Amino acid sequence: MEHYTMNLTLKVWRQKNKKDKGGFETYTVNGISSEMSFLEMIDVLNERLVHEGKDPIAFDHDCREGICGMCSMYINGRPHGPWEGTTTCQLHMRAFKDGDTIVVEPWRANAFPVVKDLVVDRSAFDRIIQAGGYISVNTGNAVDANATLIPKDDADAAFAAAACIGCGACVAACKNSSALLFLSAKVSHLALVPQGNPERKSRALDMIAQMDKEGFGSCTATGACEAVCPKEISITNIARLNAEYGRAGLTIDK
Amino acid sequence: MFNSNIPEGPLEKKWEEYKGHVKLVNPANKRSIEIIIIGTGLAGASAAASLGELGYKVKTFCFQDSPRRAHSIAAQGGINAAKNYQNDGDSVFRLFYDTIKGGDYRAREANVHRLAEVSASIIDQCVAQGVPFAREYGGLLSNRSFGGTQVQRTFYAAGQTGQQLLIGAYQSLERQIALGNVENYSRHEMLEIVKIDGKARGIIARNLITGELERHFGHAVLICSGGYGNVFYLSTNAMGSNVTAAWKAHKQGAYFGNPCFTQIHPTCIPVTGDHQSKLTLMSESLRNDGRIWVPKKQNDTRKPNEIPEEERDYYLERRYPAFGNLVPRDVASRAAKERCDAGYGVGSSKQAVYLDYESAIERYGKIECRKHGIDQPSAAVIREHGVAVVKEKYGNLFDMYAKITGEDPYSVPMRIYPAVHYTMGGLWVDYELMTSVPGLYSLGEANFSDHGANRLGASALMQGLADGYFVIPYTIGNYLANEIRTKPIPTSDPAFVAAEKAVADRLSTLKNINGSQSPESFHKRLGKIMWDKCGMARNEAGLKEAIEEIRALKAEFWRDLRVTGDINEFNPELDKAGRVADFIELGELMCQDALQRRESCGGHFREEMQTPDGEAQRDDENFSFVAAWEYKGDSQWELHKEKLEFEVAHPTQRSYK
Amino acid sequence: MGLTGIFLILFLIVHVCLNACIWAMDGGETFNIAANFMGAMYVPRVLEIGLFAGFILHIVQAYMLENQNRRKRSISYQVPMGNKGSKWYSRYMGWLGTFVLLFLVVHIKNFWTPSRFGMPDGYTQTYNGVEVHDLYRLMKETFENVWIVVIYLVGCLALAYHLMHGFQSAFRSLGVYNKRYLALIKGVGVGFAIIVPLAFAMMPISFLLKWLN
Repeated sequence: MEHYTMNLTLKVWRQKNKKDKGGFETYTVNGISSEMSFLEMIDVLNERLVHEGKDPIAFDHDCREGICGMCSMYINGRPHGPWEGTTTCQLHMRAFKDGDTIVVEPWRANAFPVVKDLVVDRSAFDRIIQAGGYISVNTGNAVDANATLIPKDDADAAFAAAACIGCGACVAACKNSSALLFLSAKVSHLALVPQGNPERKSRALDMIAQMDKEGFGSCTATGACEAVCPKEISITNIARLNAEYGRAGLTIDK
Repeated sequence: MFNSNIPEGPLEKKWEEYKGHVKLVNPANKRSIEIIIIGTGLAGASAAASLGELGYKVKTFCFQDSPRRAHSIAAQGGINAAKNYQNDGDSVFRLFYDTIKGGDYRAREANVHRLAEVSASIIDQCVAQGVPFAREYGGLLSNRSFGGTQVQRTFYAAGQTGQQLLIGAYQSLERQIALGNVENYSRHEMLEIVKIDGKARGIIARNLITGELERHFGHAVLICSGGYGNVFYLSTNAMGSNVTAAWKAHKQGAYFGNPCFTQIHPTCIPVTGDHQSKLTLMSESLRNDGRIWVPKKQNDTRKPNEIPEEERDYYLERRYPAFGNLVPRDVASRAAKERCDAGYGVGSSKQAVYLDYESAIERYGKIECRKHGIDQPSAAVIREHGVAVVKEKYGNLFDMYAKITGEDPYSVPMRIYPAVHYTMGGLWVDYELMTSVPGLYSLGEANFSDHGANRLGASALMQGLADGYFVIPYTIGNYLANEIRTKPIPTSDPAFVAAEKAVADRLSTLKNINGSQSPESFHKRLGKIMWDKCGMARNEAGLKEAIEEIRALKAEFWRDLRVTGDINEFNPELDKAGRVADFIELGELMCQDALQRRESCGGHFREEMQTPDGEAQRDDENFSFVAAWEYKGDSQWELHKEKLEFEVAHPTQRSYK
Repeated sequence: MGLTGIFLILFLIVHVCLNACIWAMDGGETFNIAANFMGAMYVPRVLEIGLFAGFILHIVQAYMLENQNRRKRSISYQVPMGNKGSKWYSRYMGWLGTFVLLFLVVHIKNFWTPSRFGMPDGYTQTYNGVEVHDLYRLMKETFENVWIVVIYLVGCLALAYHLMHGFQSAFRSLGVYNKRYLALIKGVGVGFAIIVPLAFAMMPISFLLKWLN
């Protein structure tokens, strides 16, 4: 792998707080190594801004290894940047070349209000989980782990859905700001394991009701969510959610 | 106030006896008792959910935007449990024994035995929550092996076990939030413990969005804020992982146990340059199938694929034939450092060794070809089948490596190097997980209790969940049963007012230094001192230098720090400044602890104390104790020693040869 | 949306099959008889009311959905995602639908209104003693106008893309998630979205280019 350095122009959304109108600021950064991660490039810029006595760019990030789901930048027209199956923190600068202009925006959705600069409030996702994204089992009630057999394929499919990191890229990418991929991943995860069975009807209905209440749009199956999902959660989960929802709506007895 | 409160009786009966006689709080009283939990990782979330289910009024605090982001989520490999599903000779005793031995005889027997006892229930609980562990075709749970053990007792969910377990605990927590038993405060950071009459009675927290300080009362406070590996700046921890909550507790009287016990993980992606902000772990499970080697020739500049088999030194297999590539983490890390220091390192930095999958690909390829009935397959066909198997087992890790380095690990050996990963040290706690401050508890990585001087792989998840699901729900009752007459103390109490003022003053001091250097730059410099002088190998001279350097750094920090932005707004720079200030103080204590421990044990390697063949030399006679440090003022500590008694697992020289 | 969509897809099948009778090369006899059957019998007339209801429901649903969804993002992106992740026709279902609707207005005016509310004089044929509307002739003459043909071709193209997304999407909305079924639906959907609009498009072309006797 050949390494190189590059000079870049950054156009970054700056917004002091929720109420501020906000706008783009342009920065140039020089001598960026292709070995850096994207966030390390922002670190370099921020260090310079602090040195100049300016307010550094606020952005969410934590684990920097693609699993916590905290990072959330919309880079050059794509959530988490140009690479597939990647979070912003895993994006490396070799994805860019010398002289590039990079536009960085926050997730845009009314259900994700901007807190500051590139930081948004995703607490709506927590409230959707509170509406039913769990199995009601108190600590200490469990039977032996091997008492219930789960076919490997079901376990694998449940895992694939449960791999969702709740970053919100699906919402950011969706032209309708729908959270259905997030929601369907959870419903699928819990519908695919037998332990999730007793609550599956109310789960699908309640979580969708909460999603609507939070102000997310509805799904029109464009597939943008699946394309940008850093964990490559399949849009098929949405179809499964539709089935769960339909069945629950037709058969629930209350 | 220094009693480990270990119950009487034979080791294997202690926990059962304890549970049988511990005081209980009746359900009506639980409803009027408030508990504050700092941190929502495996320990915090599981404790919050379990205590909420019991009926206590719980408040949880996390600095992230959601409880689900806690760094437990990044744990890859798995979780141990003495289930013996594989019929390979595992038992509670063996898990206990492996953990004590793996910790190089510096952990408390009673705690570790309890951990092994409850381990099986954890798996049951998680499966009941819907955690999708890996399974066999028959529908039963699958296991794999991990370093430092000879049985297969590790349960896993691909390379994302921590994520799946945390999501399970998080969902249980969210359920309790929905039911109104738990109130969660995201983007809140605890900045002070409030003590009244010597007992922990609440906290001061800062709302990180508005910058406002808040007072919260609790009959008890649980610190579940994780480890402090970020004192090294570069580590596998998340960027936000910090010691602040634990450090505030320490300064309020909680002893800090074994601060110098740090785990350096052998398989991480090497540093590429000064810009580096964090290190990425490649799961220990990779050592199951990968082989670690360096060239036999010093400063060999050939590409790995050009170095013939006979010119490769598989140094772990050579030095430790019994465990080979699966020696415990401390041993593997030191061996890698030894080779690199001797000039055999690879890559442009020469600070790396190879982790090679070629032979595993070939081995699996042959098995697959046999399975598919391919006679006399060509090398290319074997390879193709082998790669497919490796992809299924470790695909996500290989992808991660490829993303970071831009190299294809299926065709070129991975370059790895040790990195700071976990801290065995932490707040000193007794058997009930209570610190030396009454009513103040510590769970999970934040406490010091179960891993001694070195943690075995897949045991961190086990400990975090054991503490939260199965230990604290019992032990906290023993304290709270005496608190049922304590009415909630109004937060207008002078103790709250004074604590809040102290926090506000400190914040404005940080803000008003108006120097020229960022918190980040101080953090980097601290990390370099720690890594160079209190890292994988330590010696007296280096540690003394480090202490001086850290003190100088601290003075410079309080003289020349620059915090941009304001106090009353969302200000990550200010958050960071406070955390770095605490790390600096902790760094000094770690060096003090490493200095006093004139022995090598587990992750703590004193260069002066080694066997003739370069292995760690323990000194049981003089150092079989937990170092519990009491804060006495700026740069001043008093050392208390908790003698470790080994009634069952008698210390021997650890050998993996 | 999915349900009404599938209902309209069913209608398309009937419509295309019936219209395909123009290629019977019998001067329109089969076609006119078939069309008469649809116009004169009681059941198709009732279904026709259902059809209009289906159309209206589909349009109203679509309008409401689009209207709600647009309000979920007040500030749009500086750099739009474009085709990074989705097909243009999936995002522009509303526009494609509008084109189809505009086409339908022309289409209904051309054929449905005369057939239902009075054909021009002389546009009748008698087969086996039964007098029927000569829709075949109406088609033939309508499609002599090249501009009408162009409008029809645009309409068919819009319909094709509308179906390209709509066919699969409808089944997903109804909860089909089985991998094999989804693969099947995808294949059938693409085939349907190409073949049916193509067949429709060939009709005006056949007349215009005088392929029919």
